[in-house]
Amino acid sequence: MTLNVQQIRSDFPILQRETSKGIRLVYLDSTATSQKPLPVIEAMNAYYRRSNANIHRGVHTLAEEATALYEEAREKIARFINAPSARQVIYTRNTTESINLVAYAWARANLKAGDLVVLTEMEHHSNLVPWQMLQAERGIELDFIPVTEAGLLDLDAYQALLARTPKLVAFTHMSNVLGTINPAAEIIRLAHEAGAVTLVDAAQSVPHLKVDVQALDADFLAFSAHKMCGPTGIGALYGKADLLEAMPPFLGGGDMIKEVKLRSFRPNSLPHKFEAGTPAIAEAVGFGAAVDYLSSVGMDAIASHEHEITAYALERLEEIPGVKVFGPEAQYKGGVAAFTLDGIHPHDVAQILDKDGIAVRAGHHCAQPLHEKFGIPATSRASFYLYNTKDEVDLLVDGIYKVKKMFG
Amino acid sequence: MDDLYREVIIEHYKHPGYRGHLEPHDIQFADNNPLCGDHIEITMQVGADGTVKDARFDGHGCAISQASADLLIESIIGKPLEEVKQLNKQHILDLLGIDLGPVRLKCALLSLKVLKAGVYGLGEASDELVE
Repeated sequence: MTLNVQQIRSDFPILQRETSKGIRLVYLDSTATSQKPLPVIEAMNAYYRRSNANIHRGVHTLAEEATALYEEAREKIARFINAPSARQVIYTRNTTESINLVAYAWARANLKAGDLVVLTEMEHHSNLVPWQMLQAERGIELDFIPVTEAGLLDLDAYQALLARTPKLVAFTHMSNVLGTINPAAEIIRLAHEAGAVTLVDAAQSVPHLKVDVQALDADFLAFSAHKMCGPTGIGALYGKADLLEAMPPFLGGGDMIKEVKLRSFRPNSLPHKFEAGTPAIAEAVGFGAAVDYLSSVGMDAIASHEHEITAYALERLEEIPGVKVFGPEAQYKGGVAAFTLDGIHPHDVAQILDKDGIAVRAGHHCAQPLHEKFGIPATSRASFYLYNTKDEVDLLVDGIYKVKKMFG
Repeated sequence: MDDLYREVIIEHYKHPGYRGHLEPHDIQFADNNPLCGDHIEITMQVGADGTVKDARFDGHGCAISQASADLLIESIIGKPLEEVKQLNKQHILDLLGIDLGPVRLKCALLSLKVLKAGVYGLGEASDELVE
């Protein structure tokens, strides 16, 4: 399956802009956040122009429309990840908040001192810090599936960790630095055999691959709209119904209640139990438009396009003397190429590339322990999405040669 | 933008004059830029007259952060400690001779933050020190 990149590019107004006079934007930072296509921008615009009202409980026309749009978007998102029901899709602010929701509501009700939580060495800070906070508060134990030199999870070591009967296995589906696509179904199956609950950080996978929560048998799965052509400020947590039903609420306030008295309340049913306060309504509408957009292009076509670009980028980058690309070979990897350039700091690389309109990210990409593991403070990271082309990879490579020349 | 990598900056980055670690020292402090993990340590000897007798920096980071540190150390040797305490953002910008956006400014100011946290004997190199 192929996709028409030029047509897709024309859907993204920002890709038409210049970063300075005569310099066209080459956006290679979609792992941080993706750009937004017109249907998403227009859906949010139309919501504010036509339908804006607070949702639920309103009986007037706008409140009805806003509520319907907000809930229709939830239905779309549920279908997109093949959730059995939209009530199992909780709106959050982002992946980070989804993970924190599990750490507060599920883990605080289910974990006690000495219980083991298994994470991996390639986690984003958002799937490390909430558990470190719980460790400090509760005295739970943390251990980590090691990352091999090749950038893959060490599944033998994982088996050994499972022998210690962890209560939770929380792992990233796709590394935001190495690009490694982890064997999520296998990791979950093994966790379940050991009696553990699973949480998948799918921030990087849902935007780029067909993710089916039922096929994975995931207990919890977290992702963000803004990395998948949607707006910032909204994400989702999928959970199995029995787990979500049994969990106490997360934040307290309006909308998450069924009944409130001065000294007590009864929580609302799913999914509203976990959605306190006025939510990001326009953003939910944009989120729905984003999954419509991705579905219309086709997730399989997107994945194979990215795979082609990534394989090409790895090949071209590796032929540059002094460049080292981190992570596994293309077949195990999503559209991410994090690299170092001998003797030149990633910040300097990114800054000089920016002069040619090339947007890459430099730093530890919120995965400091992973960088420490590889003995480097930072990397430059180019990442690819449905709108990137091989020509852009060539511009990146030309840019890196320029950097090398400047530092002579 | 080409200014950002003026020859003087590349030169101080590649061939710093004041990279090292003084032993013994009267003042030592180190901190990171949490954004990118850049690291700077500064060691200093203070003379009986209250001036900076000698100083060195060590660490790793981008050209801007390391060149700034080298230029900063060069600029404070022989200066009274009281004067060093008054240094701010503008001093670094004058040394570099360029304008910087907010992100790169953090790189440039790391060494000054570390220096001031050291001379004031503080536990942390905070942004307020260089405003």
